[in-house]
Amino acid sequence: MLRALGILCLGLAGAFGLHLVVSNAVPPYPALIVNMCGISIILAISLNVINGLTGQFSLGHAGFMAIGAYVSAYFTTTLRYFDPDAARYISEAPLFDGLWGFPPALLAGGIAAALAGLIVGIPTLRLKGDYLAIATLGFGEIVSILLSNFRAVGGTKGLTSIPGYADTFWIYGSAATCLILTGFLQRSTFGRALIAVRENELAAEVMGINAARMKITAFVYGAFFAGVAGGLFGHLMLTISPANFGYMKSVEVVVMLVLGGLGSSTGAVVGALILTVLPEALRDVERQVELSGFRMALYALLLVVMMLFRPQGIFGQRELSLKLLRRLLPSRDKPGRQP
Amino acid sequence: MTSLLETRGLTMRFGGLTAVDDCNLGIREGELFGLIGPNGAGKTTVFNMLTGVYTPSQGSVSFAGRDLRGLGPVRVARLGVSRTFQNIRLFDELSVLENAMTGAHQHAHCRLFDSLLRTGRHHREEARQREIAYRLLAFLGLEDRAGLPARSLPYGHRRKLEIARALATQPRLLCLDEPAAGMNSGEKAELAGLIRRIRDELKVTVLLIEHDMRLVLGICERIQVLDYGKTIALGTPREVQQDRKVIEAYLGAEA
Amino acid sequence: MLPLLETSDLATRLLQQCANGVAKGSVYALVAVGYTRVYGVLQLINFAHSDVYMLGAYFSYYPAKWLGYMPEGAEKPKVPFYVLGLAFLFAVSACAATGMLIERLAYRPLRNASRLSALITAIGVSILLQNVGQMVFGADPKSFPRYMDQESVALGPIAVADTSLVIIVVAAAMVGALHLFVQRTRTGAAMRACSHDMRTAGLMGVNVNATVSLTFALGSAMAAVGGMLIAMDQPRLTPTMGLLAGLKAFVAAVLGGIGSIPGAALGGLLLGVAESMVGAWNTTYADAVAFVVLVVVLLVKPSGILGKSGREKV
Repeated sequence: MLRALGILCLGLAGAFGLHLVVSNAVPPYPALIVNMCGISIILAISLNVINGLTGQFSLGHAGFMAIGAYVSAYFTTTLRYFDPDAARYISEAPLFDGLWGFPPALLAGGIAAALAGLIVGIPTLRLKGDYLAIATLGFGEIVSILLSNFRAVGGTKGLTSIPGYADTFWIYGSAATCLILTGFLQRSTFGRALIAVRENELAAEVMGINAARMKITAFVYGAFFAGVAGGLFGHLMLTISPANFGYMKSVEVVVMLVLGGLGSSTGAVVGALILTVLPEALRDVERQVELSGFRMALYALLLVVMMLFRPQGIFGQRELSLKLLRRLLPSRDKPGRQP
Repeated sequence: MTSLLETRGLTMRFGGLTAVDDCNLGIREGELFGLIGPNGAGKTTVFNMLTGVYTPSQGSVSFAGRDLRGLGPVRVARLGVSRTFQNIRLFDELSVLENAMTGAHQHAHCRLFDSLLRTGRHHREEARQREIAYRLLAFLGLEDRAGLPARSLPYGHRRKLEIARALATQPRLLCLDEPAAGMNSGEKAELAGLIRRIRDELKVTVLLIEHDMRLVLGICERIQVLDYGKTIALGTPREVQQDRKVIEAYLGAEA
Repeated sequence: MLPLLETSDLATRLLQQCANGVAKGSVYALVAVGYTRVYGVLQLINFAHSDVYMLGAYFSYYPAKWLGYMPEGAEKPKVPFYVLGLAFLFAVSACAATGMLIERLAYRPLRNASRLSALITAIGVSILLQNVGQMVFGADPKSFPRYMDQESVALGPIAVADTSLVIIVVAAAMVGALHLFVQRTRTGAAMRACSHDMRTAGLMGVNVNATVSLTFALGSAMAAVGGMLIAMDQPRLTPTMGLLAGLKAFVAAVLGGIGSIPGAALGGLLLGVAESMVGAWNTTYADAVAFVVLVVVLLVKPSGILGKSGREKV
């Protein structure tokens, strides 16, 4: 356990180092991209637990992200200290602000998303493959419809003037935590049980592995981190609206996974990096050719070509073992899926 | 003598088709029991009902005095019934060792929280599962392949790994669904020895479904014969071999 | 909230919503038959189907726009019926060709791959079509020229728009014709054989590739008709118009029982009516109806109203 805490601290220290570099030596626009990469990494790793390890197919990750984003932004923008003497909320005194207010707000976002994961996970247990994809897609759409109709969070306009608490440290600290914890999960009896459910659900059940419970666990775990990513996103972009968390966002995360290799956390990281940086690079191209939609079309083409010619993604189910990573987490060498 | 596993009037219908009709089984603790019958006799359906995969249309299943009906595979497994599959179902992307370890998952003494923070309980659990898995792999002669992915194993070894995984659940009753299918006679002989050792050394009761009459007659103490979902004979290998109805079922009515 | 009405008024209103719902549901039914047939044969949710529907709307819009004329003294162009006929033929054949092309290029190479690969590919094709559509047609909404006076026809106590009547009649005719084709013809029998067991059908001498192609062509043609009808009724064409409509149509197919054409028709109508009812109360929540229906159907009777249930062999 001490070792585990040590690794987590190391991850946080790394995030802090990156924070120092980014905040002092990187101009704002590239810094924003770096931060977006961190958020994408969290999204991709957490979706990988659901879609990659457990073999479910969720297309609703943006829905969980939205819940996290709204709840945590609601905490930091709207909740105020209550003054019992004056019997009113003190508008100048936010309940969650600054260094001490942000982590609880993020956690609250994550927990709310995890609860949503539980609520989605249970009715969708009986669904497999395509049906599950459609149902989770439906969940994402319902979330955005509900948010659009909910005046307290700004309806279709969303929430604005969210404080910009999410800096590189918080983003990469969360990403490192997510990566490390997911690594621990993968290399435990629960990780094996998740994979067993993916590989052969009936055999897993006959071995006494409660497939339903494992699937829900995966949903809750993945949704929690998606919620955290949402919270970070809100406090990075300063405004959020239901349009940020549409179907396309969910698809984007799926593409990251497929590109990196479903089932591989490190693959998810690489996929997240490529698919966050590449569109930014393409944004200029898109402006030059003056065709809106060009970027997403290329994205889609990439996805289709990938499925046709290298369906296992860049890494397959293998984990990328950087030297450091290998020393810290003795990684199991897992060859890729059979074609 | 009381039975470890007992079924009364077990019946399974799929729509209009009755796959198993009024099947009564009584398997004693420590026994090596064979369930045989021609193709389509309903053997695998019986297995599926015993292990909670199907809920019987009618009848009861009791195991060590507990009613298993409608419990589902997970709870049946926890009570101590384990099985293999006719069409091998391994976790192909896990290693041989990890496959065997998944069998031990159900008795895990550690929670998700422990694994995420790598507490002492997590490490003890990993050690426990590894120990069980290695012991069983050694028992089945697979220990030198522990690190390979299950997918890469040759056919005979895949069968054995499935048995190891089933044994890792620490069952009182092991149900083997046509373990000899696709094996040559040498492999079959080895398998026969193995099944006997499972019963003798690990003290696990074995229920064997098999096509190969020689194997079943050679190792089982009692045999029950199914045909078209109905029990047509029950007895020692010698008795079953001489039963007229069994001969008819296997060789056709003219015999 | 509904204002308090007298009973007869309420009944009339409900009936009116029903009629609107039937028109809406007819379009869902047209799109749903494509999903249901393709799913029946390939066990694949053809995500791109919703974009073929979008293409159908555009493919009928351009001929109508170019061939329409501006009547004297009128503010908007008018489209004569023969042009509508041409637009119909063009949209149907172009979409059928697109559907076949998608199958040939993207799905056929993956026919033996995992279903997940095929599903991801389908999503990719869908996004590709949407964005290529945006590049070619532009993101700004287009509106289909008027072709009718858009008057209401009184049917007893309720009034139905003439365009709605056109939708209902055309959709019923098309779906009915497709059902007869699948049930009564030799080619239809081949299609049914393929959805029952593709390999065995192949061994029995059915040309599987041709049959799957035809399935896509017919499904896409139906979607094209749906797209054109909706374009004529609610003239707001965007490249992403297929997304929500397609999802709802898929839900309709699941509701009716996947694989069944009458099921798709029934599911479409039920969903359309349910949506109209909810829409009378709150228009945005109407969009959520489909997903609630989906979850309920999948929990209560996953095989749908008219579907057959399957069981995994152990």
